[in-house]
Amino acid sequence: MRSLSVPKRKKPRHDPAPSRWAYRFERLMLTPFFRFCLRTVVPFAVVAGGALIYFSDEDRREALSLAINDLRREIATRPEFMVSAMAIDGASDGTSEDIRDILSLSFPVSSFDLDLPAIQARVSELPSIASASVRVRTGGVLQLDIAERTPVVVWRTHEGLTLVDPDGHVTGPAVSRNAHAQMPLIAGEGAEGHVREALELFAAADPIADRVIGLVRVGERRWDVVLTREQRILLPEQGAVQALDRVVALNSAQELLERDISVVDMRLTRRPTIQLTENAVEDWWRTSQITLGTTGQ
Amino acid sequence: MTELYQSQRAMRAMRKAAMQRGVIAVLDVGTSKIACLVLRFDGTDRLASVEGIGSMAGQSGFRVIGANTIMSRGVKFGEIDTMQETERAIRTVVQAAQKMAKIRVDHVIACFSGAEPRSYGLDGQIDVHGQMVGEQDVARVLAACDVPDYGADREVLHAQPVNFALDHRSGLNDPRGQVGQVLTTDMHMLTVDKAAVQNLVHCIKRCDLELAGIASSAYVSGLSALVEDEQELGAACIDMGGGATSLSIFMKKHMIFADTVRMGGDHVTGDISMGLQVPMATAERIKTFYGGVVATGMDDRDMIELSGDTGDWEHDRRTVSRAELIGIMRPRVEEILEEVRARLDVAGFEHLPSQQIVLTGGGSQIPGLDGLASKILGQQVRLGRPMRVHGLPQAATGPGFAATVGMCLFATHPQDEWWDFDLPVDRYHSRTIGRAVRWFRENW
Repeated sequence: MRSLSVPKRKKPRHDPAPSRWAYRFERLMLTPFFRFCLRTVVPFAVVAGGALIYFSDEDRREALSLAINDLRREIATRPEFMVSAMAIDGASDGTSEDIRDILSLSFPVSSFDLDLPAIQARVSELPSIASASVRVRTGGVLQLDIAERTPVVVWRTHEGLTLVDPDGHVTGPAVSRNAHAQMPLIAGEGAEGHVREALELFAAADPIADRVIGLVRVGERRWDVVLTREQRILLPEQGAVQALDRVVALNSAQELLERDISVVDMRLTRRPTIQLTENAVEDWWRTSQITLGTTGQ
Repeated sequence: MTELYQSQRAMRAMRKAAMQRGVIAVLDVGTSKIACLVLRFDGTDRLASVEGIGSMAGQSGFRVIGANTIMSRGVKFGEIDTMQETERAIRTVVQAAQKMAKIRVDHVIACFSGAEPRSYGLDGQIDVHGQMVGEQDVARVLAACDVPDYGADREVLHAQPVNFALDHRSGLNDPRGQVGQVLTTDMHMLTVDKAAVQNLVHCIKRCDLELAGIASSAYVSGLSALVEDEQELGAACIDMGGGATSLSIFMKKHMIFADTVRMGGDHVTGDISMGLQVPMATAERIKTFYGGVVATGMDDRDMIELSGDTGDWEHDRRTVSRAELIGIMRPRVEEILEEVRARLDVAGFEHLPSQQIVLTGGGSQIPGLDGLASKILGQQVRLGRPMRVHGLPQAATGPGFAATVGMCLFATHPQDEWWDFDLPVDRYHSRTIGRAVRWFRENW
């Protein structure tokens, strides 16, 4: 039996075919170039354009940079990043004072504000410092590991006394000769460039150390050994140490330097020469006249 | 003839462009379904250079990346009947296929079965210039074929040189470089109704697609359903479609005859619908589920319920036996096959050395059809399925897709057609200025 109510009419079947425009749109979306544009170019352009429009206003730019600065300061001043002390290792007290003076840091300071390479450069510029390493240690300590230059000779110049290390770097002024009595003395222009050679010469002159006053650089090319009693040993440019060794050997054998001579000239290695003092010459004259019997009287 | 050259060459150029771009679609516009495959070319086939390995019938160079089939709309007897409906159907199927392929296709190769194809055998003969046969000689002999008056309302779909003969030697595939005096060629030309082609072209153009080739479905289903030695020795491919049954005869790997019987599976359905007084949809369902052509004693007891919603209980609760159904289907199938037989006889199929007949198409799936066909057509009948191609979905491997798959082969490895050869020199330069003037007049 059929029901009397009108059966529900099914909706007219939907046409499965896409409309012309839907079809075209779908084809457009399947075009590789268009897809690339849609996926990459358009978002990029939108973001870039938005940013451009937003930042075209001066106030917004300033607000942003202010906010960034605030944020940076907030992070930088956190206790984890603060440096509250400076520790200097391997430097003498005077040098440490110098370092503290030239850096003139006021602690606490944020480690972000410390320019470690600049600090290292400034510290290394100090004459008495050979090398310095700078780092921020855990616990907020600025650690400076210093290797100091150790002066080995006193250098006398027209300006005064200075201290020089083996590499020829001037480490600082000397207060007086007596303050550094244990260091040998050198003098003359360009002497600081040949400190190692000078040290070798001092070592070679050890047997006559009580007689040696110092070394003088002559003409920026060779050394003179200045002895007490106004004696000098003139050394050659090449083989100065060997020449001095010979003089020392001669001295120990024949007591050369005890005699009345003023200069031992070793400049010509083949022909060592000695120069008598004025008194000795006169003596020698007199003696030779006596010997020859020609006193003239 | 020159216009034909122009349009076909333009389509060839289009296909070349599509192959360079790497994507092309094939479209089989049938009466019961429209199928679209999207092919991607993988460049040159890698195996071709290896010695001893063939090009796998042109399959290694392409892959099916998108496929879709929908019910056809607006097509009757393999010809477009309602343009808007067909255009919508093409739009639907192309959109779905390119959605599956995830790429847009611009070039399409289409085939259809109807439009009354007619085969012509042409022959031409020339004296060879000089000693050897050159490109120009081939062009001249093709141009020398005397084209029959096939009518103003018809268009040439295929024109393939089937055979070349040089002096007394026949059966040459490529006469170039050979020495001889008289060059003869046999050509097979297939013409179809111009209006049908134009309708199809218009539909495809309305879908924003470029037509890169057009083929007869008789030809392309033969390409895919016949195996290689059948094509070589001679065989007929019978593609039983929905609205038309197309047949093509192959010999020496060339199609030498094609024709269409304007009857198909839809007529069987129509008979069932009329005979059992059921709607077409029900009739189609009954046909596909219970259909057959050979009745046995069991079929008398096999009752089929015919549902309906007329509201008349008696009418809605009818049953028929399967034997009755077979009794309705068999005469129509016999009629189709006899018509095919008549066409084959006209073509002189019995004179071929091999009389292999391959049944394919959706209609060939009727159970018992091979037995019936062997009674009518001859002893050597087999049911053919299209060959397998890369990436083809399982749903599209049935015999109903023989033409679709054949289109893939046609797209990738086309056989030489008339318009692939050069025009003879003397025609090429004649009236160039006149052509230019006409072109200006047409376009401005």
